[in-house]
Amino acid sequence: MEPLFSIGPILAVLTPVAAVPVLISSKNENVREGWTFLAAGALFLMVVSMLPSILEGARLEFVIATLTPSLAIKLTVDALGMLFALVASFLWIVTSAYSIGYMRTLKEHSQTRYYSFFALSLFATIGVAFSGNFFTMYLFYELLSLATYPLVTHHQDKEARSSGRKYLFYILGSSIAFLIPAMLITYAYTGTLDFGSQGFMAGHGIPPKLLLLLLGMFIFGFAKCGIMPFHSWLPAAMVAPTPVSALLHAVAVVKVGVFCVIRVITGVFGTDFLSSLQYNSYLAYLAAFTILAASLIALSQDNLKRRLAFSTIGQLSYIILGAALLTRYSLTASMLHIAMHAFGKITLFFCAGAIFAASGIKNISRMVGIGKRMPWTMGAFLVGSLSVIGLPPAGGLISKWFLVLGTLESDQIFFLFVLLASSLLNAAYFLPIVYRAFFCSEEESQFENKVDEVPAWCLGPIMVTATASLILFFYPQPFLRLARQAVQTILGG
Amino acid sequence: MSQHYPALIIVVPLLAALAAAAAGWINKRYCFPIAVASLAASFVSSVFLLGRVIRVKEVIYEMAGWTAPIGIVYRVDALNGLVIVVVTAVALVNLIYSKSAIEEDFPDKMGTYYALYILFATGLAGMVVTGDAFNLYVLMEIASLTGYSLMGLRRDRATVSALNYLIVGTIGATFYLLGVGYIYIATGTLNMAEIASFMSQMSDSGSIRMAFVICLAGLFIKMAFFPLHGWLPNAYTYTPTASIGLIAPLTTKVTVYIMIRMALSVFTPEFSFKTIELSGAIVWLAIIGIVAGSCMALAQKNFKKMFTYIIVAEVGYMVGGFWLGNRAGISGSVLHIANDALMTLALFMAAGIFARKIKGEEISDMQGLFRKMPWTMAAFVLGGLSIIGVPPTCGFFSKWYLISGGIEAGNYYFVGALLFSSLINAVLFFRIFEVAYFEPFSESHGHDHSHGHEAVAVEEAPLGMLIPFYVVAISLVILGIFSGDLITKIIYFAIPAGIV
Repeated sequence: MEPLFSIGPILAVLTPVAAVPVLISSKNENVREGWTFLAAGALFLMVVSMLPSILEGARLEFVIATLTPSLAIKLTVDALGMLFALVASFLWIVTSAYSIGYMRTLKEHSQTRYYSFFALSLFATIGVAFSGNFFTMYLFYELLSLATYPLVTHHQDKEARSSGRKYLFYILGSSIAFLIPAMLITYAYTGTLDFGSQGFMAGHGIPPKLLLLLLGMFIFGFAKCGIMPFHSWLPAAMVAPTPVSALLHAVAVVKVGVFCVIRVITGVFGTDFLSSLQYNSYLAYLAAFTILAASLIALSQDNLKRRLAFSTIGQLSYIILGAALLTRYSLTASMLHIAMHAFGKITLFFCAGAIFAASGIKNISRMVGIGKRMPWTMGAFLVGSLSVIGLPPAGGLISKWFLVLGTLESDQIFFLFVLLASSLLNAAYFLPIVYRAFFCSEEESQFENKVDEVPAWCLGPIMVTATASLILFFYPQPFLRLARQAVQTILGG
Repeated sequence: MSQHYPALIIVVPLLAALAAAAAGWINKRYCFPIAVASLAASFVSSVFLLGRVIRVKEVIYEMAGWTAPIGIVYRVDALNGLVIVVVTAVALVNLIYSKSAIEEDFPDKMGTYYALYILFATGLAGMVVTGDAFNLYVLMEIASLTGYSLMGLRRDRATVSALNYLIVGTIGATFYLLGVGYIYIATGTLNMAEIASFMSQMSDSGSIRMAFVICLAGLFIKMAFFPLHGWLPNAYTYTPTASIGLIAPLTTKVTVYIMIRMALSVFTPEFSFKTIELSGAIVWLAIIGIVAGSCMALAQKNFKKMFTYIIVAEVGYMVGGFWLGNRAGISGSVLHIANDALMTLALFMAAGIFARKIKGEEISDMQGLFRKMPWTMAAFVLGGLSIIGVPPTCGFFSKWYLISGGIEAGNYYFVGALLFSSLINAVLFFRIFEVAYFEPFSESHGHDHSHGHEAVAVEEAPLGMLIPFYVVAISLVILGIFSGDLITKIIYFAIPAGIV
């Protein structure tokens, strides 16, 4: 089906940028945060306004600039991009509310800069979601790396500096060293970079060894996807204020990474071509390794945010594994997990931030009995954990269920065991936190037996995302429908 | 009127130079408007000229009506049509930016300074539009003599390095002249188009080969192509603010243009790329130059000096890209002439602003600048990103074509060198950004994140500097987004049809 011309995509992408001048110039912090909300709300509405036509099977397209006849900076909205944009834009609204609570409670400095770069990051994220070709996707991917740097290094101290260095080294370094040459070599062979429903790599006589090399360069070039051994920027980036970790390092940045990987597998190589080459199995094994290794490392982390970071690394590889198995269920699971994991993990990060804002505690060993002081927060933490582990009644179960079906469908029982092992590990590193928070003797408890929750601006968003995780279990639409539709365009039928 | 654009580009500023010198005696306040008006006229003419070139492909202007072999011909096609716009634009924007710097640095010599400034710009513009190999030499000398004065007019240290510049520049120009002499002996003409018409019969001639090599050597010296780059960092580091924004972005770029012009329109592509088997060796030198330039930039503590080594690496980009000999590589090279001129200008504009506000010229002196001058730093970041080659800044797009050229030619060393240089550039600039972002301004010690970052008052550069700086910084992005148009509408036609 031919794409329809629409200014919707460009309006949506530009909305966050349009807010930046106002954010910078506003003197009053209430005005500034008001504008953040306005921009986030407007973005979400614009994304939603395009949803009906996407669900009808249309693709919306807007060409920003034409570089050569075969190469353009182009925005295209399809089902997969819509799914991601919905998640990111909705969670931006929630995170903005949470930011107000968190940043004001901790009296953080340079909040104007913080909100401005947050908006810029969303601009780049939505840009990636709506990229019509690889070139555009690369462009926004790189913008996202730079826009998030000041957020990651927000505290401007020694630790932030070295973490920022690590962040750039992995993210910018890998994209310059791997992505640019891979993209250009691909372009030299194929003469196009436009995503196709079955990719565009097939039939250009690229030698198989070079294809494998290119696949590797693409996957490792998108280091934001957190696949090992290019994962260690993510734990380092946890020095950022928690709302940043929550939205960017559980949703936007890392999901941009896996989103790009899905695009590479489906839109660049094409599932048929990749399965005929059988290179997908390398990727699947690498993802499986990452899942297990990250879960094991997470077990040993005492700093809650670092534990969450390693959990994220593992969960991201679920998405990569699903895409690499190339079956109908596994691809659906992969795309769906973008949404499901986002809601679960952002809840967990919000909780970690709330605990820190209320009590200054970062380490799990000191959280014994905190459930008595912050019952709501820890209740939400339980919901988030259930979702990430993949237990009912939380949305995470649905994508994991599809992923299990995908492993059966592809006859790869090994990966089924990987998933089971990982779920056990997930339970092992999350549930004790919740258990110890609520069930401990008076002597063990490190907190007074008195409810003392975080401000409403913090708690409200936590409740929203936790509730959403629960709702998604019973009603996984529209994400499931979008994922199915995206898979349908790839595999037909 | 419209047919006189090529002449107007040169004649208006030439006369204005005299007027500015005279105005310096009468009333110094007139110098600046005269200079701006003349360079603006030059710029507008070149824009119109480019428009005409896009329509009719080639504009030939015979000076004073004398026809080709005897008279001097100005010949403007897509190649120099683009370069002339860049030259006049950079000269104009930098002049506006430099007003206060000139008043501060040269209070007694303002008339002289403006006259020299305009003459230098005229010399470069003339080198770009002329279609006569000897006339080019004359204009080259005008540019280097005025350039020498622009560099050495102020400080002791600058005088020495300017003398160095003069000597090396003269050697380069002499080589070029010698080469032109060989050509004249062999062909009996100095008109570029006419020389080219003899080339098919003369490509075996020893003196033509000699001429080619000598010309190229001269040009390599003048553009500071590795390993003939030694003079550039010293000369540029001590040059006054107003002059460096004119000299650094333009001199090397115009010389690269001349190299391309000589190779394509004088010696013909057939001769340059096939008969003479030098392109492989030149690309290798370029590869080494790119790597070495980047590494030497990494070793610098002084940020101005670091910028000068970046120039050395960038010259390697352009020369290497051109001698790949395919359409993508040459397109990238020509595009990079325009892009790099603006990028370099942005860097040195930033350096000029820093020089006024902070005490030293070391990277470590840049502490807290993001707080102190956020607007300047924002534009500087854009310039840095463009040098690194981050889309959508223009630096990315020229790199795109250069790397494509390398892949097409199968020269993966060149591709590797470009990527290496991008990575080093990322380190170079983020090293600066780190100091400016993480370290608090001036002497305050013992900061923690809730207190140390407040209380530094914003103290921006004057608007007279900031606005031109922003014009340049924003144009880096605009040029990037429209680089597709530049390639398909202009640069495509600058490359002979035989090159694929």
